[in-house]
Amino acid sequence: MPIQYYIFLSVALFSIGVMGVLMRRNAIIIFMCIELMLNAVNLLMVAFSKMYGDSAAQVFVFFIMVVAAAEVAVGLAIIVMMYRNVHSVDINILNRLKN
Amino acid sequence: MIQLVWLVPLLPLIGFLINGLFRKQLSKALVGIVGSGTVLGSFIVSLMIFFEINGMGNTFAGQEVFLFDFISAGTLRLPFSFWVDQLSSVFLLVITGVGFLIHVYSTGYMHEDEGFAKFFAYLNLFVFSMLLLVLGANYVIMFIGWEGVGLCSYLLIGFWYKNIEYTNAAKKAFIMNRIGDLGFLIGMFLLFAQFGTLNYTELFPKVGMAGADAANFNLIAICLFVGAMGKSAQVPLYTWLPDAMAGPTPVSALIHAATMVTAGIYMVVRSNVVYSFAIDAQHFVAIIGVVTALLAATIAIKQNDIKKVLAYSTVSQLGFMFLALGVGAYTTAVFHVITHAFFKALMFLGSGSVIHAMGGEQDIRKMGGLKKQMPITYYTFLIGCLAIAGIIPFSGFFSKDEILMHVFEHNKVLYGLAVAAAMMTAFYMFRLLFVTFHGKFRGTHEQEHHLHESPASMTFPLIVLAILSLAGGAIGIPEVMGGHNWLSHFLGAVIVGHGAGHEAALSHSEELVLMAVAMGLALVAILGAWSYFKGYNAEKESSGLGKVMENKWYVDELYDAIVVKPLKALSGFLNNVIEKLGIDGLVNGVGKTVNWGGQQLRLLQNGQVGFYLFFMVIGMALLFILSVFIIN
Repeated sequence: MPIQYYIFLSVALFSIGVMGVLMRRNAIIIFMCIELMLNAVNLLMVAFSKMYGDSAAQVFVFFIMVVAAAEVAVGLAIIVMMYRNVHSVDINILNRLKN
Repeated sequence: MIQLVWLVPLLPLIGFLINGLFRKQLSKALVGIVGSGTVLGSFIVSLMIFFEINGMGNTFAGQEVFLFDFISAGTLRLPFSFWVDQLSSVFLLVITGVGFLIHVYSTGYMHEDEGFAKFFAYLNLFVFSMLLLVLGANYVIMFIGWEGVGLCSYLLIGFWYKNIEYTNAAKKAFIMNRIGDLGFLIGMFLLFAQFGTLNYTELFPKVGMAGADAANFNLIAICLFVGAMGKSAQVPLYTWLPDAMAGPTPVSALIHAATMVTAGIYMVVRSNVVYSFAIDAQHFVAIIGVVTALLAATIAIKQNDIKKVLAYSTVSQLGFMFLALGVGAYTTAVFHVITHAFFKALMFLGSGSVIHAMGGEQDIRKMGGLKKQMPITYYTFLIGCLAIAGIIPFSGFFSKDEILMHVFEHNKVLYGLAVAAAMMTAFYMFRLLFVTFHGKFRGTHEQEHHLHESPASMTFPLIVLAILSLAGGAIGIPEVMGGHNWLSHFLGAVIVGHGAGHEAALSHSEELVLMAVAMGLALVAILGAWSYFKGYNAEKESSGLGKVMENKWYVDELYDAIVVKPLKALSGFLNNVIEKLGIDGLVNGVGKTVNWGGQQLRLLQNGQVGFYLFFMVIGMALLFILSVFIIN
């Protein structure tokens, strides 16, 4: 398969992620969109790795996945704490620091 | 013995430390013993050094006594070492000898003062600095001493610091000296720039070899002379010296008559190699000298403060010395320094004795007839007056006559002016004598009752100085009178090109005529003063020229108008406009701008997470676009 297909797919996934982050108010959805963007990048890296026959990019992908897993743990913990405090996961409620 | 020369300044320094640190603990008697004893010790060492040098004769060309490296950086090397030769040994004797007598006098004069120990500490520090000045083997050490004496002068003029007038006088002296010091420093820098060293032993041979055209000697010489102008109170920087009379009288005698003010003369004599190549600068020195001598003499005629008369007289005599330097008669200038130290210190101490008896009164219009109550003071003062007037055989006759002789050889106009100044000297001195000691007493009844001769600690120095004023001329009796001018020969080794056809310029009969003229005019002036002031009662209100002279030619007012007032106006402008509007405005403006900017940027922090995310994405997109553009 030509490389363009992978690039289009990645761009589509990344754009969906960006739009989701920007438009949705639900913290869990925003969080999932961030993961989507990460994995769009991962996909692109793996595709280029295959194309150039260089395995370095695949090593990076593993690193990113490890970091993403850690980040998910922290992020979900924050969301849980947020729900316990304000009984909502709407990010627009989190403006208590203002004023 | 020469190797032990460091003892000479060290002893007064020890005296300063003891008196300065333990001034609360020590009794007055002990303070006086420490203060005077250390200077006496220095005098004895100086005397031994002097005799050793004298024994070696003219072959002795000076010896450097190395103590330690003061500054050593790269090619610059400034050793802290002393230079002992004929010139410095003569100055050592004058400083420690006259200094010792004045210390003894101070034990009597300052006895009732609460700052007794402080006074002696300052005096000792002064003697130390002055010795450093004349002993230093390079210009830097000389400069340390030069600044040290300036500091002590400041401290001692403002000794009675509770009087605001006195502290102002001290500040004036210090600031005027600083102006001169700048010239001295620039001269030093120029010398260093051209010859790469400031040590006498290396510098002077280099200067001598360089020759008249090799360097900018006129500029260097004038810069050095500006330093001398400040320290030795020459026109136009002389106005501090009369004000310096605010200090206690022994200070006036020691610092402002006998020693510190002659530092400028020492410096010029020391630099005579430079001056021998700077003909224009020499003319300048001579002209400044004669102008100072005349101007100060005219002012002295109309002063009514006993110390002010002596102060202007000192300025005038310093002018004579610079006149001698200007015509190349270096040894003569030193001769006059020595005799002047004797008779002027004598007269200052005599005036101190009078002030002491009068209970602090300094106005001669309120004195008169003190001869009866104070015979020792009177006769010693008379000797001083005769010496300064130049009456044979008093010391001043020989030195002043030698100056006039050299000036006559050099330039007849300068000679005429110098003789006029000498005549005025005799006149104002005897005016002072007659008004103070003759006639009727014009003070209050209480003062009259209080009149007494001073204690022995004060009259002893007077008597010794009177003997020196009488006999001090013996060191320089000219050949025409059967002497062989010992001092001139003694100092010859220090002066470049000395004795080359100098002596033969005037025939003996010419010399005798000049002497007769000078002394005749002095006698006329004395007689004039006698006829005018013997029945002195109360001075008429002076008018015309007399009033101008009484007001010191309005020089202080002139300086006030052209220097002090504009400077104060400038400071006021800088304070009110530049400082308040400019600098304060700038600083406050920066603060206000940052504050305002913060107020505006604060609105961006609206707490909406979506808004933040939006801007984050926009920012990353911008960065991405930017990086694409920059890479391509």
